[in-house]
Amino acid sequence: QRRERKMSASEGNKNTEPWGGFDDNLIQGTGSAVIDMENMDDTSGSSFEDMGEMHQRMKEEEEVTAEAAATEEDNGNDGEFLGMKGLKGQLGRQVADEVWQAGKRQASKAFNLYANIDILRPYFDVEPVQVRNRLIESMIPIRMINFPQKIAGELYGPLMLVFTLVAILLHGMKTSGTVIREGTLMGTAIGTCFGYWLGVSSFIYFLAYLCNAQITMLQMLSLLGYGLFSHCLILFITYNVHFHSLFYILWLVIGGLSTLRMVAVLISRTVGQTPRLILCGTIAALHMLFLLYLHFAYHKIIEGILDTLEGPNAPPIQRVARDLPSIVNVVNATVKSLAAAAMNSQ
Amino acid sequence: MTDSRGAVCGDGAFPSGTLAFAGLSDVSISEDIPVEGDISVPVGSQNVDDVFSTLDEPVKDTILRDLRAVGKKFIHVMYPKQSSALLRDWDLWGPLLLCVTLALMLQGGSADSKEDGGPQFAEVFVIIWFGSVIITLNSKLLGGTISFFQSLCVLGYCILPLTVAMVVCRLVLLGFTGTISFIIRLIVVTASFSWSVFASTAFLADSQPANRKALVVYPIFLFYFVIGWMVLTFSPSQ
Repeated sequence: QRRERKMSASEGNKNTEPWGGFDDNLIQGTGSAVIDMENMDDTSGSSFEDMGEMHQRMKEEEEVTAEAAATEEDNGNDGEFLGMKGLKGQLGRQVADEVWQAGKRQASKAFNLYANIDILRPYFDVEPVQVRNRLIESMIPIRMINFPQKIAGELYGPLMLVFTLVAILLHGMKTSGTVIREGTLMGTAIGTCFGYWLGVSSFIYFLAYLCNAQITMLQMLSLLGYGLFSHCLILFITYNVHFHSLFYILWLVIGGLSTLRMVAVLISRTVGQTPRLILCGTIAALHMLFLLYLHFAYHKIIEGILDTLEGPNAPPIQRVARDLPSIVNVVNATVKSLAAAAMNSQ
Repeated sequence: MTDSRGAVCGDGAFPSGTLAFAGLSDVSISEDIPVEGDISVPVGSQNVDDVFSTLDEPVKDTILRDLRAVGKKFIHVMYPKQSSALLRDWDLWGPLLLCVTLALMLQGGSADSKEDGGPQFAEVFVIIWFGSVIITLNSKLLGGTISFFQSLCVLGYCILPLTVAMVVCRLVLLGFTGTISFIIRLIVVTASFSWSVFASTAFLADSQPANRKALVVYPIFLFYFVIGWMVLTFSPSQ
């Protein structure tokens, strides 16, 4: 707002210089409209601070002029002449109005587009190697709690991980035949992932504020976003290989590692036992339970419900057999048989 | 008023402004004040307009010319040599055509089974357009030097291989069933998916900083992967 105003002000001043000479001529004019314009120029010449105010004044004066023109016309002879003048003045004001509107529109548009992209650009300033390293580091907890650990304030990785998670969730929903009434799978997947990322980040940030932890919202978003890497990995594996113990092992090992990483970072940035317990307990519980939810909500529980529904009465939900599950079953069967063979050999 | 003068003088192609200003100058400008400024009227444009006038040609010619332009770009996508035709004169007709075709063909699968979570028309449409917008914004944020609509155009045109794959898949589904059909479709979709990614990166890679190509390619990969996966899992309801 302020910048825009300043811009227009400076522009106005620049343009006003060659117009200075007009004032004298304008005063000589007889029509009310011309005098109006002269007043306007005065305003712009002296301060030109508030375009909005000027606009308002212009409008008021326009009304006055219109009234004057109307009364003048009633008066008789020279009414017609003044009416013409009024028309011309109106035209001039219309142009001014139009130009002002266009300028304002353009300025705000340019400001919005470029400023916003420029504001966001630093958060996307990464190299591929950095992203890869951060992805790997997101699963390596560091046992250093005396000194605040570094968190990269970057949003490219988290954003891409969230989109990846959306794609994986869509895949899981499709293969499990999840049915969502009054909504689309896509919307649900996007809502779940972004809701978790933004919602939990804000919540933990709020808790961190209460617990006096040294962390910014950006760092929180980055930390939790990279934490989603383990979710992507586990869900991608377990949506394709339906093997209960495999999921639990992955959940405990990989999910646990990434949770530990976040917990270690938060501990190193918090002082005192109780705040640490509250903060880390919350984030650990949320992170691990979210993974459980994602795995079972779009996978086993729905299937279980469908199975029970199919039992006694006619199934209200028809699942169309897809081709992919058959492949999945094949993979599943091979994995199971391999596991059985391994057990036998032991 | 000062503003209006500045704008009109600077930009001669503002028709109503010029007209209105002519009336205004009659009122207030006297002879002894020299009025300076440039109103540049492009003289050559008259002739150019005459040569390329499309007003008096048959509608058929217009449509055919546009279709030919779209077709030429299709060929560029199918044979992606380093050409800037897609970038130079971008249009959104081709992407719209491809997107609607793909969405309509994917729609058929779930038309009469409402319980199935098959891809709805709107869903496909939204995925394609929002996906392209997100990829474009991402490339902008990573420091790419490409305009918004150029990128949209390239991403839209590069759906072509997947649309072709969709047609093939529907034909295959008519003829075969079971594992054979799945394997054929898997091969076709994989090939067209890699083609899409390859073509779009061939067009877009130049506009990106060299060290960040991988970061730009990843969302493109994800985008075409989701679309390709939707094509692969499509099964018409009996």
